[in-house]
Amino acid sequence: MKVSVDQDRCCGAGQCVLTAPEVFDQRDDDGVVVLLDERPAPDRHASVREAAAVCPAAAITVTEEPDA
Amino acid sequence: MRPDDQALRLPLPTDSPLEPPAEWERLRRQCPVATVELPSGDRAAFLTRYDHVKALLTDARFTRPKAGDGAARIAPEGVGGPAADGDGALTLPDRGEPHQRWRRQVGKYFTAKRMTALRPGMVRTAEHLVDEMIRRGRPGDLKAGLGFPLPVYVICDILGVPAEDRDRFSHWSDAFLNVTRFSGEHTRAAHDEFVAYMSAHIEAIRARPGDDLLGMLVKERETDGEGLSDQELIATGMGLLVAGHETTANMIGKMVSLLLADRGRWEGLLADPSLVRTAVEESLRFDANLGFGMRRYLTEDVEIDGELLPSGTTVVCSMPAANRDERAFADADRMDLTRSPNPHLTFGAGPHSCLGQALARTELQVALEVLLRKLPTLRLAVPAEELPRVQGLLVGGLSAVPVTW
Repeated sequence: MKVSVDQDRCCGAGQCVLTAPEVFDQRDDDGVVVLLDERPAPDRHASVREAAAVCPAAAITVTEEPDA
Repeated sequence: MRPDDQALRLPLPTDSPLEPPAEWERLRRQCPVATVELPSGDRAAFLTRYDHVKALLTDARFTRPKAGDGAARIAPEGVGGPAADGDGALTLPDRGEPHQRWRRQVGKYFTAKRMTALRPGMVRTAEHLVDEMIRRGRPGDLKAGLGFPLPVYVICDILGVPAEDRDRFSHWSDAFLNVTRFSGEHTRAAHDEFVAYMSAHIEAIRARPGDDLLGMLVKERETDGEGLSDQELIATGMGLLVAGHETTANMIGKMVSLLLADRGRWEGLLADPSLVRTAVEESLRFDANLGFGMRRYLTEDVEIDGELLPSGTTVVCSMPAANRDERAFADADRMDLTRSPNPHLTFGAGPHSCLGQALARTELQVALEVLLRKLPTLRLAVPAEELPRVQGLLVGGLSAVPVTW
């Protein structure tokens, strides 16, 4: 799995940090998303998919890779 | 939407306070772009399908109508608060880059981490409020005992305004959001008082800025000169004070009512309190009393569901109707406390989605956790059909939630 974020679209809702705190964070000075782990371990895939699904700004893109 | 359509009147009637209007299902199926008449008599387009509502809310070209747009008004002339029809004097940047700058300046105080840090204090406040409710004896009103005071204490703390003034905030925000109860004159008077209060508060902060949100905004302006103007500070303080308690106060009451209306739900949570997070999201999705919906004013032609909505149209996006759309949620009319993911639209979507959503989520989770722990035998003291509804607010809710334990 490969994750990417669009910081320009991000509206700082914080849903990703609440859902997958090992993979996403928010910058202290403006609340914008920071990606901590571009290729999260398999046990985090479910929460990353959930974070992408519930992001109100659709700022998270998940690319599934068969071998990852 | 054609001019000769028979227009439905908003708000749509419902049989019971927790149930959705029967009309939503028909509209999603047969008439996803409907013509509605607002209480003002003005007409608007009404969207009820998930994809349509989400697409319009996330479309950065459009925002809430402003005074002077000539958009459909919610309430008749001279009635209703500034939230219903926009206010000329105190406005915040509402689109594009200036809006994003304002939002990020304020939004950094509402990050998930900050809310997690506030959580222990919220738990103590909620425990204290529930203890007080128990001490006063049963039956009690959960709205007055917990739903209203918890978010007021929290937002007052965040903004650095005294919680002792909460009855005044409540009155002002009622006048701000109520579209039927008050005369225009009454609403303007309340608005002027509120502006005067917030201006004085900001003056006081300027003399001695603290570590609360408004104090930090004032300090930022003084150090890097890029902060908010006086008008923006006042509008921000007022907006957050109103938004920060009214909506959450209502939602705590509605969430607990939904969970108690079917005892199996409450018992499911008692058996597995780890479901609190998903139960809160599902309560947000399931709430049929969100109020009016979000208005968007079209400044360009837009095609929705093969229908052309011309520039100048006012669109009302019904998030609660979209939240019950079978096309987006399996078993949409069933409250499933384990539902995940739950991409409901209760906080809107896109660049204008609720700024305080992490705060609201945390408050709702705390309220529910504390109730499950302290009052496991909690139940409604009246049949769910008899729960009294708030009348005339842009934000829908219950005026009281009678409970016993």
